[in-house]
Amino acid sequence: MRSVVAAAIAYVTIAAATVASAEPPAGAAACSGCHPSAARGSSPVTRLAGRDRAEIVKAMQDFRSGARTGTVMDRIAKGFTDAEIQAIAAWYAAQR
Amino acid sequence: MKATRRHFLGLGVTATAAAVLGPRPRSARAQATGPRVVVVGGGFAGASCARALRHADPRIVVTLVEPSATFTACPFSNAVIGGLRELSAQQFTYERVAADNITIARTSATAVDAQPKSITLADGVKLPYDRLVLAPGIDIRWGALPGYDEAAATQMPHAWRAGEQTLLLRRQLEAMDDGGLVVISAPANPFRCPPGPYERASLIAHFLKTKKPKSKLIVLDAKDAFSKQGLFQAAWAELYPGLLEWVPLSKGGNVTSVDAATRTLITDFGRHQAKVANVIPPQKAGRIAEVAGVADRSGWCPIDPITFESKLQAGIHVIGDAAIAGAMPKSAFAANSQAKVCAAAVATLLAGGTPSIPKLINTCYSLVAPDYGISVAGVYQPTGGQLADVPGAGGVSPSGAPRETRKAEAVLAEAWFRTITAEAFG
Repeated sequence: MRSVVAAAIAYVTIAAATVASAEPPAGAAACSGCHPSAARGSSPVTRLAGRDRAEIVKAMQDFRSGARTGTVMDRIAKGFTDAEIQAIAAWYAAQR
Repeated sequence: MKATRRHFLGLGVTATAAAVLGPRPRSARAQATGPRVVVVGGGFAGASCARALRHADPRIVVTLVEPSATFTACPFSNAVIGGLRELSAQQFTYERVAADNITIARTSATAVDAQPKSITLADGVKLPYDRLVLAPGIDIRWGALPGYDEAAATQMPHAWRAGEQTLLLRRQLEAMDDGGLVVISAPANPFRCPPGPYERASLIAHFLKTKKPKSKLIVLDAKDAFSKQGLFQAAWAELYPGLLEWVPLSKGGNVTSVDAATRTLITDFGRHQAKVANVIPPQKAGRIAEVAGVADRSGWCPIDPITFESKLQAGIHVIGDAAIAGAMPKSAFAANSQAKVCAAAVATLLAGGTPSIPKLINTCYSLVAPDYGISVAGVYQPTGGQLADVPGAGGVSPSGAPRETRKAEAVLAEAWFRTITAEAFG
């Protein structure tokens, strides 16, 4: 019985992951051009996967307003609405 | 339930074995149960798309058609020409791509049949597909510039597809006597990597300044304006005064023909006999685009800005340099960004859904010197059937920024290269 439940949970998790990853929110897929998706390797650019949602939202809003200076993020953040920033942040926060 | 679990594991092992076998696409097909997507072209666009398809929906059976065992990246190849980097740092294999359960067909595609949907490979094998993604990059438009053909390119390299041509140009520069004239000719828009000719001019000027300081570099341009122009010209005035001269279209920069035997570039205003000549010729979408009927009279491929599906052929998507992507430049970053949007859209379409409206990003770094980087960025969304700039976003590095900013961008440029090549090939 235990194995049945475990398998069922595993199946649901796989199904959920498939649905969630098929359509990232608008703009989210582009971030990994610069932000490394793998934990290994070194980069001065922040890894986004698994990062706190509120932290990503604040960083994007501060880049957009000019409260935080960036090299390219100040220019990129201006292309995103609050709703888009929220969706992207939630998507990355949910990743491992 | 235990049996089911074992069944799942068994499938995984079989699929992995099929991928490792390499150029045996039939074996993977025999095992296949999910929808089939064939991706043609293993550059930044194609490799990224193949991987993103598997990530979007692991049921999709993906075949990547690519004749080369090794990919040689163009970004940073100007640093190879300038002697700052070795070509091996530009090269990547497809082993890790294959490990993602992607079958690599190590051959080229020769024909596309829309009904029934199948692609013919050079070895005669026909691969049926449910959706086809073409990422063929560019081809040189041989003969568009009179005198510039494949034989001429061995004397006056284009070095616009990285590899042997990159090394040829570097060797010519190394062999040149101090005091020689180097000429670059830059084409009219559109072409691969809009800031590329000017980064190349910068890094060749850096090479000449440090190794052959009596030499001179002239850029003959078929345009009056170019990407990051203000930043490049300010840096040239600071770093390479008297060494690098840019001649725009309006001052006679348009090269109308070349003579490879004497390394002479002819404009409406005169002749320039070079010791080393780098001809960046007019370009078009890679050949399979024409064969598949997805290229229009411009030589490039009109696409739907939401799905990257061809506006000329249903079921075929075009990404990367070959696509007419509106305001998006033909860059590796753009190709990778488009690849992921296209993969998500293809997965959704195959599952019977409606793809959502995407937003895309581009970032292009250029080196003006080894420790001097500048960038341009943009954000794009479908508008009126095209990919258009999101108003108020994007732009170039600030003018008059301190040297630390330029140095930081040079570091970020290298970090970008490591990250994007890891995503596509690593």
